[in-house]
Amino acid sequence: MSLTIIKPGLLDTLQDLGRTGYSRLGINRGGAMDRYAAQVANMLVGNETSEAVIEIHFPGAQFLFEQNTLISITGGNFNALLNDEPVPLWHPIVVRKNTVLHFPKLHNGGRCYLAVHGGFCVSKWLNSYSTHLKAGAGGFHGRKLEKGDEIPFKESNIYFAGLLKPGKEFEALKWGVDTGSTYQHPNEIYFIEGNEWAQLTYQSQKAMLEDNFTIHPFSDRMGYQLQGVDLKRDQNIELVSSAVSFGTMQLLPNGQLIVLMADHQTTGGYPRIGHVISAHLPKLAQLGPGDVIHFIKTAIDNAEQLLIAQQQELNILQRACMERLNSLYVKH
Amino acid sequence: MLKKLTSIISSQQLTNQYKIFPLGDSAVTFDMGNTISEALNQKALAMQHWLLAHPFEGLKDCLVAYSSLTVLYNPVIIKKYYNPATTLFAWVTEKLQQAFDKTVQTKQAARELIKIPVCYGDDYGPDLATLAGEKQLTQQEVVTIHTGTIYNVYMIGFLPGFSYMGEVNEKIAVPRKQTPMPVMAGSVGIAGSQTGIYPLNSPGGWQIVGRTPLRLFDPFEPEPVKLQAGDQVQFYAITKREFEEYSL
Repeated sequence: MSLTIIKPGLLDTLQDLGRTGYSRLGINRGGAMDRYAAQVANMLVGNETSEAVIEIHFPGAQFLFEQNTLISITGGNFNALLNDEPVPLWHPIVVRKNTVLHFPKLHNGGRCYLAVHGGFCVSKWLNSYSTHLKAGAGGFHGRKLEKGDEIPFKESNIYFAGLLKPGKEFEALKWGVDTGSTYQHPNEIYFIEGNEWAQLTYQSQKAMLEDNFTIHPFSDRMGYQLQGVDLKRDQNIELVSSAVSFGTMQLLPNGQLIVLMADHQTTGGYPRIGHVISAHLPKLAQLGPGDVIHFIKTAIDNAEQLLIAQQQELNILQRACMERLNSLYVKH
Repeated sequence: MLKKLTSIISSQQLTNQYKIFPLGDSAVTFDMGNTISEALNQKALAMQHWLLAHPFEGLKDCLVAYSSLTVLYNPVIIKKYYNPATTLFAWVTEKLQQAFDKTVQTKQAARELIKIPVCYGDDYGPDLATLAGEKQLTQQEVVTIHTGTIYNVYMIGFLPGFSYMGEVNEKIAVPRKQTPMPVMAGSVGIAGSQTGIYPLNSPGGWQIVGRTPLRLFDPFEPEPVKLQAGDQVQFYAITKREFEEYSL
């Protein structure tokens, strides 16, 4: 009643929407880099959006399903294959026992998400399934998935084999999710001014808005290092440490930017030039080394409206998925 | 020993000194100055306590740093419950102002002093000899100075349970290293006027003078992090043998 890792990937971890309430202990929120894709993955298999999913980086692991189930794959496109046949992203897929999932080729995107019906049966650490690699806790024994790991599923009473035609090992359902506006214009990233934005020279402020920045290979779940024009401040005031957040754009002493991502530290002392808006973090999470970013400055009220609109869209999607899945279960 | 007296600043004195700014669209920082001050730190802690005692829907987390308090919130929940006419940022700002007005900056009730054993020098404190040399002190003198001060834990950050404490006597205050080096869990470091303990193996730039056998972070304890902002800490020296006995 599980799936097994036949071959490990670069970095496959269990993640949910993160652990909140512990940043005063230096324990960051963590969780899925692309929370939109992680939530939709769960919706497509009828789960609460807070269930654990597997976050897969390229090259991804090879998974063997040890039971019949319903799965979904969302986020980055790594050309997912089930028993060597291509399967669509953003669709529910019924899978028969002993089917193998693997990801042979990076098409685009930074990470993808695998959800199974019911969710994965692992214990929470500090109220979250997210893997905290530094603490060695949360997720699957606090670490990335390795060869031979068996990740159990929560129990389900749905007879998925009844949804498969005889002789078919899997079937992608006809309906899926149109991700709509979330990933449109992937390289245009909105940000709001950070507290030290005004300390940038006029030339540097102009460059921030007009020039492009490239994501450096030294980028990971903690942060994206950017390569671009050297940014300068009018005065170089040292800052005492204070809080930072997911999306905070810090100016390093060498004049380059780093954008803090899901596994960022809770505090920092570098100038905060800006903050990527929450509604654009899923887009940013799907960019990777070599990709180009064009920053667009916006105001806090717009950032809030875009986030709320994104959440409303997710609520509508969740209701639609539940209705479709319920009628599917009734039919069989 | 009693904790040292902190200077007491009233809310009125602070009124014109704070700045509230958005830390993205899901967090707000209440900043009382770019400075390390026990009084401002106490005020931020008092505000945190007040907010946790009077939480609003959508409040997810609070974080005290040297002289600031940051609240993390879920904008969608605030919108749903309160539907403010202003921006959600402005609405949370008002809550922070309220927390500021409702709290007086007073000395916290004297808490028990936390005593932390440290084995100084040699393998456990690889930077002690160099530090002593630079400061023209013997290693023993550095230890006496480091253990002779009661430190205030200003904040926890960087790593789970990493404590930022101050202030280090200027006779032994040294800048951090140019390049971070691998540091073992339990290592006690100095960086400028700050001292702190690495709770986990990690790269780090602080000058390592010793190591404690205590586990300051254990993810599987009911309280995974042992030190909190506002704690009072004093170090005491132990021998290598005592260190090893502790670790058994």
